Amino acid sequence: MTGSPRRNAIAGYAFLAPFLAFYFVFLIYPFCLGMWMSLHDWEIVGDYRQYIGLSNYAELWEDPYFWEALRNNLRFAAMTAPLATLLGLALALALNKPLRLYGALRAIFFASSIFSVTVVTLVWSMVLNPDRGLIANGMRAVGLEPIAFLAEKAWAMPALVVTTLWWGAGFPMALFLAGLQQIPPEVYEAARLDNASRWTVLRHITLPALARTTLLVVVLQTIMHLQVFGQPLLMTRGGPSNSTRPLVQLIYETGFRDWRVGYASATSMVLFGLMFFVALLQLRLSRQEGT
Amino acid sequence: MTRTFGDRLILALLIGAAFVWMMPMLWVLALSLKPNAMLVSSTRGIVPWPHTLENFATLLRVSLTPRWLLNSVVVAFGMTALTLVLSSLAGYAFARIDFPGRRAVFLLVLAGLMVPEQAIFVPLHTMFASWDLHNTYFSLIAPRLAAPMGVFLMTQFFKAIPSELEEAAQLDNASRLKIFWSVMLPLSRPALTTLGIFTFLFAWNDFLWPVVTATQPEMYTLSVGLGSLQGNFAMSEGLGFLMASAVFASAPMLVLYVVFQRYIVQGITMTSGK
Repeated sequence: MTGSPRRNAIAGYAFLAPFLAFYFVFLIYPFCLGMWMSLHDWEIVGDYRQYIGLSNYAELWEDPYFWEALRNNLRFAAMTAPLATLLGLALALALNKPLRLYGALRAIFFASSIFSVTVVTLVWSMVLNPDRGLIANGMRAVGLEPIAFLAEKAWAMPALVVTTLWWGAGFPMALFLAGLQQIPPEVYEAARLDNASRWTVLRHITLPALARTTLLVVVLQTIMHLQVFGQPLLMTRGGPSNSTRPLVQLIYETGFRDWRVGYASATSMVLFGLMFFVALLQLRLSRQEGT
Repeated sequence: MTRTFGDRLILALLIGAAFVWMMPMLWVLALSLKPNAMLVSSTRGIVPWPHTLENFATLLRVSLTPRWLLNSVVVAFGMTALTLVLSSLAGYAFARIDFPGRRAVFLLVLAGLMVPEQAIFVPLHTMFASWDLHNTYFSLIAPRLAAPMGVFLMTQFFKAIPSELEEAAQLDNASRLKIFWSVMLPLSRPALTTLGIFTFLFAWNDFLWPVVTATQPEMYTLSVGLGSLQGNFAMSEGLGFLMASAVFASAPMLVLYVVFQRYIVQGITMTSGK
């Protein structure tokens, strides 16, 4: 659309101004401030702040809590992202039929995604409760000793993973369903004329056609689960013995319990770097695939 | 469509899986409808019998739940309305107005997609603390208006609208704002609906930032308030009450979901850049 350049410039920036105001004040500025804070010994109490260069990052390097949290983050994401992707793919493949019944089933599997993290954790804390939980009731009914899932080191992280899968599997399912619907039906027609088996069709047509979607889902899931916070905070408080405390919880506690916001900001920057790295990886991979 | 044995088997498995999937919610619903005294001895069964609404009555009477509900409503509607206004205005500029620096500014805004709230909630907290604005509706809403996703969606949508529609209006010497308001906005109802529902869902379920900025119980949202109940109430005393709070917090979302299911699923596919 045309117009005089001057008028266009005025109009363009006038339309953008309201959004850009919020964007700069509440996203760009805090991001830069966070970087700046990470170079300081900066405490909320008494406005104490002193420039200390990269000392916070050096301290992080030596901090066993940081490494523990980072390891927890990676473990959680490494379990949750692939499992959510597989579960979403399996559900999408099984439920990709135009019949009403399948639509209802899709709606059920998706429904848990709309709950808030507090609802999900409340429900699952109860389900996993060793005294009166749903699973404990079931285990007792068949003569087994109930397990204190959230209090045992071996079980706590897997329990958070299962909770998260129940909460989040609807997203990958929806993405895979959208991907499946983009495969032209003629391809399947041709395969049927060739009498290809169901397995052959899945391996040679459906799965290759979903490659892009799969990449997208894995990356989105990884980035999302690296940000995990509510589940451990509300279900295990990061325990038992710090085995489920992720970086965001560490940032939260360092900042708002210990009041060391400079150190917390440095941790934030590491988390940001981690997520940025995953996103860059996706960009590289999708470029390679596109050519 | 022919049904083979394999199809039937898969369907049976799916129905079984769907039932297992729903079990936690059904069980919680059943618990919320049972008398607390009874739950002390047993939490078995998903048939709520004998049942009572006492837990819900308690919830509304003794806790701050009505206030939290009000806060969630204000925050969710406020955030949704403002996001729609800001995103559609900015999206229109990016998609339809040829101004110098457009590409650069657009790239700058896209870069914001890479910055998650998890990386900036500490400096945001510091900013609001220095302005003395924590525990306000402004602090609950404003940081969310900076998210570029809505702008990105609206830009994509406006780009796809044929330019003839706009040119006709331009010949009539209508102003940009008039074209935007009376030509483009009516056309973008589907995109606005999707973005609106999505923002609303997000706002309602938001947890990290509200937990950071709302420290006075009167300013908790439903999600934060429910989290605080979880910590405060010993499970043995008010199990039914606690379960009622979970049901209470999720009921509005379930209704929204049933009504707008199509848009919600569409929104998820759209936000993933497809």
